[in-house]
Amino acid sequence: MKKTLFILCSILFIGFTACKNDSSKSSDEAIAYYCPMECEGDKTYDEPGSCPVCKMDLVPIETIKESEKRSDEISDLSIFNIKSTWTNQNGEDLQFEDLKGDVLVTVMIYTSCKAACPRLVADMRNIEERLSKSTKENVKMVLVSIDPITDTPERLKAFAEENVMDKHPWLFLRSSEDNTREFAAVVAVNYMKISPIDFSHSNIITVFNAEGEMVFQQEGLGVNSDATVQNIEKAVASIQ
Amino acid sequence: MRTKFFRLSFVLIFVHLFSFGQSEDMARIDGARYIPLYGRDSTVVEVKDFDLDKYPVTNEQYMDFVRKFPEWQKSKAKKIFADGMYLRSWKDDFELNDDAKLNSPVTYVSWFAAKAYCDCMGKRLPTMDEWEYAAMSDETSKDARIKKSYNEKILSWYEAPRSNENQIGQNPKNYWGVSDLHGLVWEWTSDFNSVMLSGESRKDQDGDNNLFCGSASVGATDLMNYAAFMRYAFRGSIKANYAIKNLGFRCAKDIETP
Repeated sequence: MKKTLFILCSILFIGFTACKNDSSKSSDEAIAYYCPMECEGDKTYDEPGSCPVCKMDLVPIETIKESEKRSDEISDLSIFNIKSTWTNQNGEDLQFEDLKGDVLVTVMIYTSCKAACPRLVADMRNIEERLSKSTKENVKMVLVSIDPITDTPERLKAFAEENVMDKHPWLFLRSSEDNTREFAAVVAVNYMKISPIDFSHSNIITVFNAEGEMVFQQEGLGVNSDATVQNIEKAVASIQ
Repeated sequence: MRTKFFRLSFVLIFVHLFSFGQSEDMARIDGARYIPLYGRDSTVVEVKDFDLDKYPVTNEQYMDFVRKFPEWQKSKAKKIFADGMYLRSWKDDFELNDDAKLNSPVTYVSWFAAKAYCDCMGKRLPTMDEWEYAAMSDETSKDARIKKSYNEKILSWYEAPRSNENQIGQNPKNYWGVSDLHGLVWEWTSDFNSVMLSGESRKDQDGDNNLFCGSASVGATDLMNYAAFMRYAFRGSIKANYAIKNLGFRCAKDIETP
């Protein structure tokens, strides 16, 4: 059932993008036309033709943008297209789409990490502290485990409590190794297991807007987070 | 009477082939412990027994797949899973470009697409360790990495242009009965993104410094390191939604324990 819905949605979406490509030719579709010079203000016409005032050819109104903004649609570049299931530190299952509407700031860590992760977590904390209270309401700071075998929900919970992060806006997630690889692939984080308890991994903090589209990435440890904070604020401001 | 008996036994053999053992398009790889050239910091890795496709997935096979799973058709694949180059050698959803062949390996496929294909076949992508293990054999030995001829062949392929337009199965089978691991296209692995190397040494934080030590060795190992270095460096430089001209894939499968 879900699959057919998905297929239907993608067909619908293709319909829209196809319109975009030949918007000037799609005359048989029920859309409105307007004069590009706007001689009569906002007046629109049902049929193609020329403007009675300046005689310029009427142009169809682009209806695509509105449809793209419709809240129930997922954009092509959104992480909400990832349908894998994740478990948070409270043992609750969720999909990324359930986080829709908030700006997401993600990082990949593992709780037994002694080297880079504490600094990465510190970077996340630093970013969180710099956000205004009203901004924070629409932000989720998400820590995704790259070691799902060790990082059980209980372990994540303990880690969250230990670090006083078991509250909004913090969220800890784990999934299967396969789904973790996939998420890492989306955020371009590379990682590998170098011993039973240690991973080598890239240090990347990613900002997703409320539609789940990647808008910014901060690379490295302890780097200046001005741009990251700016991008989070911008993404929150664009939520209506 | 006798011919009937022979026919019957042939039929039985075929039935046997289809119902037991691996399917005829996969080869059984006996696992072992070995030291990959890069990626694991010279530690021994263990590869369990697994089945590997004898050939890379072809345009024709991929076309069957997109018929069944329209979300992976050229016009419908989501950009987050496959960039704008996706299936560039195809005219549209079901037709190849004039110069492309059905029996050539499918390329311009992203990691997500390759993964979805294997998942749908009840298979999976091979891990990097599995792929490298299967690919270190030549026609006669399991580990041909120290042979000069093996390395020279690989490197001469790396220099050859447009090999992705060739058809599958034209290179000799290796020890395991697998073809085209070298000589046709480069292939996705499930954990390609475990290579800690950005291609730019300034940005490699805790990456594998050994990657740059190949020049200290001599002779065949030098060539061997160089060929493997190119593969690892390539894997480290790509992203999962990239669709690239000379990058295809094949699937692997765990062995079901009865």
